[in-house]
Amino acid sequence: MTSPDRNEITPEPLYLNRRNFIRAGVFAGSAAVTGLIYRAYRPDTIAPLPEEAPQAFGELAKRPEFQAGEEPNSFEDITNYNNFYEFSTSKTAVAREAQALKTDPWSVEVGGMVESPRTLSLQDILNFPQEERIYRFRCVEAWSMVIPWVGFPLAALLEQVKPTSEAKYVAFETAYDRSVMQSSFSAGIDFPYVEGLRLDEALHPLTLLATGLYGRQMPKQNGAPIRLVVPWKYGFKSIKSIVRIMLTDKEPPTTWNIAAPREYGFYSNVNPNVDHPRWSQKRERRIGEITMRETLMFNGYEKEVADLYRGMDLEKFY
Amino acid sequence: MDNARFLKLILGVNALLPLGLLLFDAASATLGANPIEYFLRATGVMTLVMLLATLAVTPLRKLFGWNILIKSRRMLGLLAFLYCSIHLVTYSIFDKSGNITAIVSDVAQRPFIAVGMAAFLVMLPLAVTSTNGAIKKLGGKNWQRLHRLSYLVAILGVVHFWMIVKSDLFYPALFAAGLAVLFGIRLFYRKTAKKEGQKPGLALRPD
Repeated sequence: MTSPDRNEITPEPLYLNRRNFIRAGVFAGSAAVTGLIYRAYRPDTIAPLPEEAPQAFGELAKRPEFQAGEEPNSFEDITNYNNFYEFSTSKTAVAREAQALKTDPWSVEVGGMVESPRTLSLQDILNFPQEERIYRFRCVEAWSMVIPWVGFPLAALLEQVKPTSEAKYVAFETAYDRSVMQSSFSAGIDFPYVEGLRLDEALHPLTLLATGLYGRQMPKQNGAPIRLVVPWKYGFKSIKSIVRIMLTDKEPPTTWNIAAPREYGFYSNVNPNVDHPRWSQKRERRIGEITMRETLMFNGYEKEVADLYRGMDLEKFY
Repeated sequence: MDNARFLKLILGVNALLPLGLLLFDAASATLGANPIEYFLRATGVMTLVMLLATLAVTPLRKLFGWNILIKSRRMLGLLAFLYCSIHLVTYSIFDKSGNITAIVSDVAQRPFIAVGMAAFLVMLPLAVTSTNGAIKKLGGKNWQRLHRLSYLVAILGVVHFWMIVKSDLFYPALFAAGLAVLFGIRLFYRKTAKKEGQKPGLALRPD
């Protein structure tokens, strides 16, 4: 090998310059990649607007006994922090993913132990007199919100179909469309999502079939077009995007109870005295607040619902 | 600047960048509806990332001879400790209102909190003895033995993450798999070293 000619050797300053140039590139490039990964995981702040903005309901009845007396959370917070495992197990990704749900046409089958079973269209559902109710909402994960729902009492629907005397429970089922529910393969729970109530719980005046919030039709991430709201129970009892309501004489299976029977009972009433096996239920973080606040018995609806559970051991029937 | 120091700079900057962005987003209120939960989760995940990075140094040296990484290992471990400390302070202030009794009873009652706290307590002496002076004082052998506890810290960290998840175990499983691969590589080299009658440990390689 012949040694290179003196003037072929890259002069040192130029060599160092090139090295610095490459280093600057590596530096900037790696930082950019790290930043992009960070961005990919950071929550989206604003929900994408649905193709058509949810229709407003117009004038709604507001009965004083159903206004929580607390400031509701913002529309942005309510529609950007959701548990809807069919679409994503990340609460901040549901708003984006759930837009794939097809809510038109929609029908809800109501049957089982009833005298007049029927199938409701979306229009039938919206024909019930709608009212606004501001309820506290307490998730089993120890966070909470205050939400101005729109809807009508489940009792109004049950009166129409007339449960027979054998009927003791109501079973609910969420729509299940694998083609749009991309997370349903890995979420770790079984689908379709199912829930249930005792008939007297279902007939309680607080129990709501919600069709909207903030005076607009229900956003998809919140369970469009119709969902249950049971304000004294943990949020997962308030099943979303309902397609079936069946009256039965046996306690119906419920999704989270199937997934982890020791952690989630059939009743799942909000109860600060009975902890989740893995975390405390004594306090909760109200979305928008920095520190935690005390959780109230039956989520603050003790006066209204305590009679339903008179004589029951709530540690056993959690 | 030599290559080892440049690599250290790159790793350090990229490890601290998420913290900077998190603090910036927290200050500009763009961490979603529940910023504290997000901040807690993010600092917890970053602790695991830094722990795995620290534990990846030796396997990478053995596999590819990247001995240059050893100069960054202490920093990676300390960054894991930094993220873990921020995680713990965030939990203590915002979840427990700085109430020591509440924290102690949380540790006593909740296994996943106890496991996380154990991970921090094991990490503490490792962080304290990370100086050159401490290595001298303890002697290389003892120091190495003590710092093998970093494996335990990583296991406790992954278990802590696994225990808090409700049903979707994808990310905890990802970290567990990463940890298993790193352990597997170590075991493999330990076995081959024994077969060849060498002391387990890193054979010196010429550059």
